[in-house]
Amino acid sequence: MTTLPDVSTHAVASARWRPGEIAFWIVVVACGFLFPSRYLIMTDIVRLALFALSLDLILGYAGIVSLGHAAFFGVGAYAAGLLALHGIISEPVLALVVAGFAAMVLGFFTSFLVIRGVDLTRLMVTLGIALLLEALAERFSDITGGTDGLQGIEMQPILGHFAFDIFGKTGFFYSLIVLFLLFVLARRIVHSPFGLSLRAIRNNPLRAAAIGIPVNRRLIAIYTVSAFYAGIAGALFTQTTALASLDVFSFERSADLMLMLVIGGTGYLYGGLIGAVVFKMLQELFSTITPQYWLFWIGLVLVVIVLVGRARIHRWVLWLPNLIIRQFAGRRAVVVVPESDPS
Amino acid sequence: MFIRRQLLLAAGAIAAAAAVVPAQAEETVKIGLIVPMTGGQASTGKQIDNAIKLYMQQKGDTVAGKKIEIILRDDAAVPDNTKRLAQELIVNEKVNIIAGFGVTPAALAAAPLATQAKVPEIVMAAGTSIITERSPYIVRTSFTLPQSSTIIGDWAVKNGIKKVATLTSDYAPGNDALASFKEHFVAGGGEIVEEVKVPLANPDFAPFLQRMKDSKPDAMFVFVPAGQGGNFMKQYAERGLDKSGITVIGPGDVMDDDLLNNMGDAALGAVTAHLYSAAHPSQTNKEFVAAYKKAFNNRPGFMAVGGYDGIHLIYEALKKTGGDASGDKLIAAMKGMKWESSRGPISIDPETRDIVQNIYIRKVEKVDGELYNVEFATFEAVKDPGKTKK
Amino acid sequence: MTSLFTILFDGVAYGMLLFVLACGLAVTLGLMNFVNLAHGAFAMAGGYICAVLVNNSGWPFLVALPLAFVASAAIGVVLERALYRHLYARSHLDQVLFSIGLVFMSVAAVDYIMGSSRVFIKLPAALEGQFDLFGVGIGRYRLMIIVICGFLTVALQLILARTRFGSRLRAAVDDPRAAIGLGINVPQVFAFTFAFGCGLAGLGGALSAEILGLDPYFPLKFMIYFLIVVTVGGSSSITGPFLASLLLGIGDVAGKYYVPKMGPFVIYTIMIVILIWRPNGLFGRTAAR
Repeated sequence: MTTLPDVSTHAVASARWRPGEIAFWIVVVACGFLFPSRYLIMTDIVRLALFALSLDLILGYAGIVSLGHAAFFGVGAYAAGLLALHGIISEPVLALVVAGFAAMVLGFFTSFLVIRGVDLTRLMVTLGIALLLEALAERFSDITGGTDGLQGIEMQPILGHFAFDIFGKTGFFYSLIVLFLLFVLARRIVHSPFGLSLRAIRNNPLRAAAIGIPVNRRLIAIYTVSAFYAGIAGALFTQTTALASLDVFSFERSADLMLMLVIGGTGYLYGGLIGAVVFKMLQELFSTITPQYWLFWIGLVLVVIVLVGRARIHRWVLWLPNLIIRQFAGRRAVVVVPESDPS
Repeated sequence: MFIRRQLLLAAGAIAAAAAVVPAQAEETVKIGLIVPMTGGQASTGKQIDNAIKLYMQQKGDTVAGKKIEIILRDDAAVPDNTKRLAQELIVNEKVNIIAGFGVTPAALAAAPLATQAKVPEIVMAAGTSIITERSPYIVRTSFTLPQSSTIIGDWAVKNGIKKVATLTSDYAPGNDALASFKEHFVAGGGEIVEEVKVPLANPDFAPFLQRMKDSKPDAMFVFVPAGQGGNFMKQYAERGLDKSGITVIGPGDVMDDDLLNNMGDAALGAVTAHLYSAAHPSQTNKEFVAAYKKAFNNRPGFMAVGGYDGIHLIYEALKKTGGDASGDKLIAAMKGMKWESSRGPISIDPETRDIVQNIYIRKVEKVDGELYNVEFATFEAVKDPGKTKK
Repeated sequence: MTSLFTILFDGVAYGMLLFVLACGLAVTLGLMNFVNLAHGAFAMAGGYICAVLVNNSGWPFLVALPLAFVASAAIGVVLERALYRHLYARSHLDQVLFSIGLVFMSVAAVDYIMGSSRVFIKLPAALEGQFDLFGVGIGRYRLMIIVICGFLTVALQLILARTRFGSRLRAAVDDPRAAIGLGINVPQVFAFTFAFGCGLAGLGGALSAEILGLDPYFPLKFMIYFLIVVTVGGSSSITGPFLASLLLGIGDVAGKYYVPKMGPFVIYTIMIVILIWRPNGLFGRTAAR
């Protein structure tokens, strides 16, 4: 390795599907068949994973922190709910896309407010937007149902064939397929020249601007894409639960999302997915054991994670899979490792 | 011949028993209790959970040969949690009954599941009128807001209150309370001089109370959800509204027994209509209050009573069906059931599956140095007016 | 017209309260660059300690107040030495994760120990009610808040600007390495500052039980308000957070009074507009990270 490979070979190499990734998706699909009694919680995890993926796009790749990502989730959720409730678009897949676009439009317009300022300002502006939307949804209760939420949503079968069932099987596979497709798209985006330019911006906006990257336009673009993803996650939420209530906008939703992504690690796409699994499983475990005081144990886990160090924990967790993969695929193949955090 | 027949019978019994082995689970009746145990509504969930624990301590955990098993889940009053938990409890844990439901959206979220799975849904807290109409499997043991609000409306008119300002929380129960109060109060010739809806999550009541004060009413009609009453009364007193002669009237949520004693003397004289007061002068209630205080070191509020009566209803229904826990039979057994609760005589309306109960007009007074809602008038067997008018 | 003054008065009292609650956060976040979302937990601790002392042990309210300050500061110093100081150099995301973890733990712990119902502090009769001043209704309790908080604000400003400790703190913040070289015990200065901020929060918690209500979810419910105060105010001095608190307090109260239906819009809109106009807050240091 005396000569450095040029950027494009490097990018192409890192864009190749690794064995670890393929194994990951096989395990995910296998879960769908192994635990038929747990479809609901798994659907919840898949939705959250998509939502976390959307946050990773802006936080991990563009360095934009957000405490108000639920704004787009909520718009997607209400859009899907209203479309289904009033029978405007009763076919779920089409409604999903439309709801995603609704969130995307909002994302585009609010991006101008968000790209200004430092981290803390961005946190508060995003949070403020989400809270404003929540207040709006409460105010216009004749449209949104106010605190009671949208009632009486009935979902039509997907593509006219697959009806949602009480066990949540359809919902799970539907969500999983959506997640996978959008994941592949996100993967394509972050490994493209566009994605590389985002990382340059994240690492140093001034330098990025100096080498001719249109910083603001790139940030607006990725923020809009991320809003689209969050909107889809929200629409999936409404479609699989047939509910949409004010808490889709809530601060807790945005904050939990942030926790998940940070637990899983930012900047390698799988962080949100893994974080969603870990966070939700912990929450489910603790709240089943002690419905009253589960918050305490979640809190303790968070504190321990930070004190031990996330990087170290990631190494421990990945040690075994890496060992196995090396056996099969040679010494240099490893499961993707999270990048270090921005800021 | 005879012996042979005996043998046959015995063989049959064994075969039957063998066939029943997978149905061993039938020996327990599982109740999925979904209440908010964390978050802003946590006190509601805890009261219900406490009351059910108390009941099962007192009455044992078997009824009609079945062991009762409670599976407690926390939904933090978020409807999508409620729905997921209810679904998992029904599908995975095979619960026979789902119960609890701290807030209206939660109760509504679970309604389609109750219908689909034919599982009775016992609503022990949420108080919006429409809930029981959403599924034929919903039975309510708490209350509806129109029950108490219409009655305080009638009472206000008869007792010389002409001008009322209203302050209600802006969500379905609050709107229910406001609408039914207004209807009866205005029909009786009263006048609403000011109407303020406060957001549900509300740190400071001061500006709203100032508005009330400036509109100079004879009384103010107040509905805030259980748990917020304390803060409200504190600020009511701070603003000197008690001194300016504006009485608080309303459904009894604001004067929840759970918090009443901490509100201070400002609460004295508030007149509310409600289903339950810890000071209800019956033997049943005295025993209940004493047992609850002993076990949990606090007074039971109306949420606790909703839970206590809810589990009682389940026990009695199981007795009636002889332990058959199928949804339709339980619902049939529950319809029309009557009993003497710690709140007074109550029954389940066979048509609407909603609760029929006495509504008492009470005034806050000091009894043995503690604040209590002392009942002074009774409206007997009140049905939910939100439905009777339809 | 008189009600206008009453509203103004209430708003000022509310804002002052927010300031005392949040100014510790302004110091840790603005000066020490540490995202301590668990700030509200210290306020809650102070509130509950005061409540136990007054209600269960029968202490007079005014004696229990300083104790709420001391106790929260003590908890603060212990946690700072044991946990927080290891995290000063870590990324903001780690700090967020850690402090949210602490909030969750404190919420569940208080729920376990004190129950989930709201807690009230029994006030002396002299502090209850309202009196009339030229026709303007003045709440006694709120007046006391304004007096205490106003006094604290002046004292804080003097400490930071005029005393030796203040200049040490500013030096330690601006350039810790140079400060150490000058013989300033930087960790000690930070620990002391952190504890003082926690103590103020504790005092604020005790004062706010009457107005905001005290329950185990206090730190989560008011986290947003604290953050608004700090971001809108900016981090260059305590004047910024102070003005931001007043603005938020008056805006919130007046908004609820004059346009009750639009209540929540007012403060969030104010916040967004200010942050777009001045991304670093009203009194931000442009060089702030």
